[in-house]
Amino acid sequence: MKAPSINTAKTASGIPALLKTACVNALIALVLFSLMVGVRTEAGSDGQLTYWTRFGEVASLVAAVFGGSIVLELLKQWIGPSGAEKLVPPAVRSGMSFVGSYLAPALLIFTLLVPVIFYDQRYILDLAILVLTYVMLGWGLNVVVGLAGLLDLGYVAFYAVGAYSYALLATNFGWSFWICLPLAGVLAAFWGVLLGFPVLRLRGDYLAIVTLAFGEIIRLVLINWREVTNGSAGISGIPKVSFFGLMTFNVSDPNYIAKVLHIATSSAYYKIFLYYLILGLCLLTAFVTIRLRRLPVGRAWEALREDEIACRSLGINTTTTKLTAFATGAMFGGFAGSFFAARQGFVSPESFVFLESAIILAIVVLGGMGSLVGIAVAAMVMIGGTEALRELDFLKQIFGPDFTPELYRMLLFGMAMVIVMLWKPRGFVGSREPTAFLKERRAVSSSFTKEGHG
Amino acid sequence: MDYFAQQLINGLVLGSIYGLIAIGYTMVYGIVGMINFAHGDVFMIGGFIALITFLLLVSTGLTAVPVILLIVILVSMAVTALYGWTIERIAYRPLRHSFRLAPMLSAIGMSFVLTNYSQVAQGARVKPVPPVITGGYTLHESADGFVIQLSNIQIVVVVTTIVLLAIFTWLVSRTRLGRDMRACEQDQTMAALLGVNVDRTISMTFVIGAALAAVAGLMYLLYYGLVDFFMGFVAGIKAFTAAVLGGIGSLPGAMLGGLAIGLIETFWSAYFSVEYKDVAAFSILIVVLIFMPTGLLGRPEVEKV
Repeated sequence: MKAPSINTAKTASGIPALLKTACVNALIALVLFSLMVGVRTEAGSDGQLTYWTRFGEVASLVAAVFGGSIVLELLKQWIGPSGAEKLVPPAVRSGMSFVGSYLAPALLIFTLLVPVIFYDQRYILDLAILVLTYVMLGWGLNVVVGLAGLLDLGYVAFYAVGAYSYALLATNFGWSFWICLPLAGVLAAFWGVLLGFPVLRLRGDYLAIVTLAFGEIIRLVLINWREVTNGSAGISGIPKVSFFGLMTFNVSDPNYIAKVLHIATSSAYYKIFLYYLILGLCLLTAFVTIRLRRLPVGRAWEALREDEIACRSLGINTTTTKLTAFATGAMFGGFAGSFFAARQGFVSPESFVFLESAIILAIVVLGGMGSLVGIAVAAMVMIGGTEALRELDFLKQIFGPDFTPELYRMLLFGMAMVIVMLWKPRGFVGSREPTAFLKERRAVSSSFTKEGHG
Repeated sequence: MDYFAQQLINGLVLGSIYGLIAIGYTMVYGIVGMINFAHGDVFMIGGFIALITFLLLVSTGLTAVPVILLIVILVSMAVTALYGWTIERIAYRPLRHSFRLAPMLSAIGMSFVLTNYSQVAQGARVKPVPPVITGGYTLHESADGFVIQLSNIQIVVVVTTIVLLAIFTWLVSRTRLGRDMRACEQDQTMAALLGVNVDRTISMTFVIGAALAAVAGLMYLLYYGLVDFFMGFVAGIKAFTAAVLGGIGSLPGAMLGGLAIGLIETFWSAYFSVEYKDVAAFSILIVVLIFMPTGLLGRPEVEKV
């Protein structure tokens, strides 16, 4: 339910008002940037601080804010007052629903064909594997956040548990990936329950901060427990995945895949195998999620998200419901983690910082919380987008050779996160397919579904 | 015993800094009901502004330390407050009536923006400053030569915190703005109907929170003698932990939580291991929340059906 809008939207009209707004914004920008950008400090070799001024940069930033606010104001007037319901012609709407109903199968067929199309382009395969890892993480977190409505800011902890389980078991005991994968899932689920127990009574933001703290604790323990985890240096030399124990991807082994199948030696086989492995894990996650939503436990999750008190009055055991949600979500995180360890061949606590949790949560929310297709699209946009920013070399030609696009990658990522939230707070997919319905199955707008109180 | 007393002093000083940041979290949470994830980075920006102002003043040839500090504190409070205001205006106000996760993610995005903005603008290296306030008092010297020190900078931090808290308490409990803030905290619609400018009040909340964070940034700079672009994250999480520990939404609770976190961290480092001090702080947070889900001074949240 929307609270009545209290703020009086001032609709600036006319050129003088427009210029006035732009001038005020430019003035604010001047104050904001004059010290932080205008004066660059640096510690000299003797530990003494030195500084130099950069008035040109401040001037161009202020000019950019001035110009930007004029453009923004014009755009606002052109689009009309925000908040007004936009009428979509029925033809467009039916076209959209047509596209929507075929989007998932089309995406699936495309993902199945990616290694066939791009078999010799290592970079694209790597990127696709990365995106699929995040799709899997997003779908795993979706069980906790999207279905059960429990806000989890420390999901990366389970990813870390899965990764370190495989890394430690494989390097210390030489266990195969196919034994470690289920074990990693079980261990992560165990940690999920362990986290779940204390937080059962917590709600909303308290839950958020405790899960965040839990994620940080796991990371700090990984850094400091050097005897086992080798500290921040991490664990390297994690063995590759074998082809179900039948063939391997190490050239020196007698049962190397190229020797067994009598084909040419190539490192692309392992990439393609990894791709299908993570795709299989993703599909398993999707399948389990879809089936669970139709089972009593899945319905209980969604009921819990909508109204915890009503849930309890109807005799649903909220304790087990919450714990199963945490355990299921954590298990998928653990699977993804051991895949990550096998793919990288190296794990270190650096990979499991809060930023990762935030990225996964952003993917789930942008995907519309609960929509599997939406989350997959969001993962593609977010991860593909940030990876594309690595390739910003053409900007060097504009800003000169000193320009380092790497530095601006996370800045732009943060800005994109804010802008997307302002533009589509409900995520890319704004409707839900209910599993339980009366007479007619109908997609409902996600503004009618609750996000849960934890 | 002497060692204990020394650690108590250190813990209280650290706790004052956490408490100043925690007030910003708890105020915003009380009024808008959102976790302002960017607040830790506002604290970091405050530290940077203080450093830059300090550097500029010193290079003009000014040598009187009290004058420099006064100007630095005023400038960093003003500029950081403007940062707080701008962040609210851009990233939070449009999402105020949206669903709960939207402003939170927007805040997380804003936190990334601020961290990377200062990395781009000021470089990734740690910026050291020479000690500005030196000297101190020896409170007690034991037979085996252990000395309890109370340095001048520690006195400055604690005194500044107390003065600011006094001003702040007066602001919230005695002024028109404070009354508006408390009214908005209870019921925004009703407050608006009674003529309170809700938008302005919420903006002022962010401004005050950012100004207090700027002071905390300056104190951190003076106490530890360095700033870097990443210091906002850990300090922010600790301060938020402090706010939750004290009961989020409660102003005395924030200060109490800050002191508690500062003391826990210091004593843990002193008696157990430095590496696990953050683990200790977070574990105690979890333990407290298990037994007191609303924190030390928080009101229980009753949901009516």
